Amino acid sequence: MPELLRTSLYDAHKKLGAKMVDFHGWEMPLHYPAGILAEHRAVRNACGLFDVSHMGRIALRGQGAAALLDLLFTGEIDDLPLGKARYGFLCNEKGGIIDDVVVLSLAPQAFLLVCNAASWDRALGWVQQWSPRFEPVEIVPGREETAMIALQGPAAAERLETLAPGLSTSLPPFAVTSEVVAGLLVTVARTGYTGEDGFEFILGAKEGPDLWRALLKEGAAPCGLGARDTLRLEAGFRLHGQDMDEDTTPLEAALGRFVRMEKVFVGVEALREQKRAGLSRRLVGFTLEGHDIPRAGYAVRAEGQEIGRVTSGTFSPTLQRGIGLAYAPPRHAEPGTRIIVDIRGRDAPGKVVALPFYRRKQGESSLASL
Amino acid sequence: MMDPQRLKYTREHEWVGLESPGVALIGITDYAQDQLGDVVYLALPEPGGRVVRLQKFGEVESVKSVSDLFSPVNGEVLAVNQALRDHPELVNQDPLGEGWLLRVRLANATELNTLMSKAEYERFLHREGG
Repeated sequence: MPELLRTSLYDAHKKLGAKMVDFHGWEMPLHYPAGILAEHRAVRNACGLFDVSHMGRIALRGQGAAALLDLLFTGEIDDLPLGKARYGFLCNEKGGIIDDVVVLSLAPQAFLLVCNAASWDRALGWVQQWSPRFEPVEIVPGREETAMIALQGPAAAERLETLAPGLSTSLPPFAVTSEVVAGLLVTVARTGYTGEDGFEFILGAKEGPDLWRALLKEGAAPCGLGARDTLRLEAGFRLHGQDMDEDTTPLEAALGRFVRMEKVFVGVEALREQKRAGLSRRLVGFTLEGHDIPRAGYAVRAEGQEIGRVTSGTFSPTLQRGIGLAYAPPRHAEPGTRIIVDIRGRDAPGKVVALPFYRRKQGESSLASL
Repeated sequence: MMDPQRLKYTREHEWVGLESPGVALIGITDYAQDQLGDVVYLALPEPGGRVVRLQKFGEVESVKSVSDLFSPVNGEVLAVNQALRDHPELVNQDPLGEGWLLRVRLANATELNTLMSKAEYERFLHREGG
């Protein structure tokens, strides 16, 4: 087995008694002794803390940076103000999703792309491949050099108040800034992947453990990738490599609102053509009745025919039932459509529901507020 | 809680322990619950049903995964732990006690002798890299 990568918070995780797992080549906490359910509840009801240093980070700098990004990103770059973050996609020429990313606009002609751990190499290669015609542009892969920590939950802003007074009031959803937090210079974005209010911090890898400790001391519960997965799925967030990939377009993933079809970018022609021709399948959310829990790969049927496979499935701690995502033909994609999921040879009835499965009470979830 | 020293163990990480002559409790081991993580549902047989040695008798669903449950012995199901219906987390909190799964009447009590002792099970876990 190749040696696993470790984040700068590895020792902190071990000290907290985390159960570590191999996540796309990174040795990451799956959960701490409290367990996935308790961690999930901590984020929904109060505040949780995640090490997300395994996420890919690519810095783009130089006079050609904005133009390069504009060609590769499905969202608008021209009207992205300084100090703002935007969610969107890098697509191949066929409109397939190379990665879903958040672009942070840090300074004039200085951007940071936050990508998935699993598709980081591919995303980096893709950006590099297109860069020569946009010289001068500097592409700096940054992952081991920095730590990335997410503070998530309705109490996140309150917990941050002592460490960075006034910051949460001055930082609306999807804003990004540089700020001193707990005495450390940190890039802070009001973003996340849980469906709750929250912040993501990027700072030097060496300083990572100091910020982690300071946030724990403020009462944030350490949370692993297990809770991160149940939280994101309840919030309806797709996971690249599981719910979408290079053979899936943003339109099929039902995320067309993050694509500017009138803009020129790599893949736009294929997407326009797909829109003209109509979709043959679309991502849907579904819930199951009873105790059954759908898992990735299980067959989904409607009117006696297999219509697709579960791409993500879990037990929803908030809804207390099985929830999942699957691709379905448009005629079976409407909320209310009765479906059957084949649970290891047993028929489990359920229905298509509108996404997200969970929406926090005050305000919109961070992605939806774009 | 059952005395772990007096229980017998399987390679599938179940335990079985005599409660009274001919009657035993079945559960999963502490190692098994730790591997599963938070248990959210158990599919168990009805009282009156039969369990067959080394055959599947139910399923345990955790947040992350689902696993089959295999019976360590032949027998008849006398009772199912009703508390698990509303509190599946008992399996995590007290796998050798409040988190027991089935009470069975053993078809043949000498079968227990073919299973691993606690020391043997621990050696088995060690070999497995647990």
